[in-house]
Amino acid sequence: MKCEELLAMLNEYVDGTVDPAVCEEFEKHMAGCNPCQVVVDNIRQTITLYRDGQPYAMPVQFREKMHDALRKKWKEKFPVR
Amino acid sequence: MTIRSTSETPDDGLVRLAKAGDLEAFEALTGRYEQRIYALAMRMLRQEQDAEDVTQQTFLSVLENLDGFRGEASFSTWILRIASHAALKIIRKRKGLNTVSLEEATEPSETLNSIPHPEFIADWRHSPAALVERNEVRRLLDDALTRLDEKHRLVFLLRDVEGLSIQETAAALDLGEANVKVRLLRARLQLREELTRVLGDPGRQLVRSPHPHE
Repeated sequence: MKCEELLAMLNEYVDGTVDPAVCEEFEKHMAGCNPCQVVVDNIRQTITLYRDGQPYAMPVQFREKMHDALRKKWKEKFPVR
Repeated sequence: MTIRSTSETPDDGLVRLAKAGDLEAFEALTGRYEQRIYALAMRMLRQEQDAEDVTQQTFLSVLENLDGFRGEASFSTWILRIASHAALKIIRKRKGLNTVSLEEATEPSETLNSIPHPEFIADWRHSPAALVERNEVRRLLDDALTRLDEKHRLVFLLRDVEGLSIQETAAALDLGEANVKVRLLRARLQLREELTRVLGDPGRQLVRSPHPHE
């Protein structure tokens, strides 16, 4: 496997959806190619950082405003008989 | 006997109750997703007012179209789809463009052959766990995300942050799976590059050899 081929399979490897035979080739390549190993580590860390990052908190005032708007619309959709 | 919705009730159960006119179930669904939708919109748009507009529009649209939701996709994929399209609409408007579908916006050159190679390769100085709480890191993440083309950004957010599968991401964005995969790879590589330039240890930078190995 060449570096380019590894790059093309990167998603599947990182997501664990790669074919076992290809996975073995992939890991054999990384064992002998430190830059590719580090790129794979970096990608995993990048995903983790975004996934675990603090999400933007929804402002409380907006939440109340939105819920009012939704209740109003709800009453139009399901008028009390 | 009336079935009451609880925090344990799965999405499709709440959807069924809401369709039948149970406001409590609809509010439980809203409560379950509002923070996620708002955070996604903020990451797409980086502007509170726009993120609020997208969030409110999304839930109004859910309410309006609930009857048409047949459950072919999961509720989470469905609502993320509505929010994604609302966010894209705002981005297009900002650019002064008419609404263009995501598919149309794809350049034909976007194939695996045109994926840029990693340039700055180095181990990071700190683990993600140590970085995640820092304010300057949050800014770095947001800036890097903003520099991604929105069609790459959205695929990354849906797949890697919201945890949709490739198939679900494709369904949410009306894209082919191959297209989603290429965009995801581009997004991941570009974000890796930008983050590593700041977070990587320059003393441990590796230079790619001209591949003597097979």
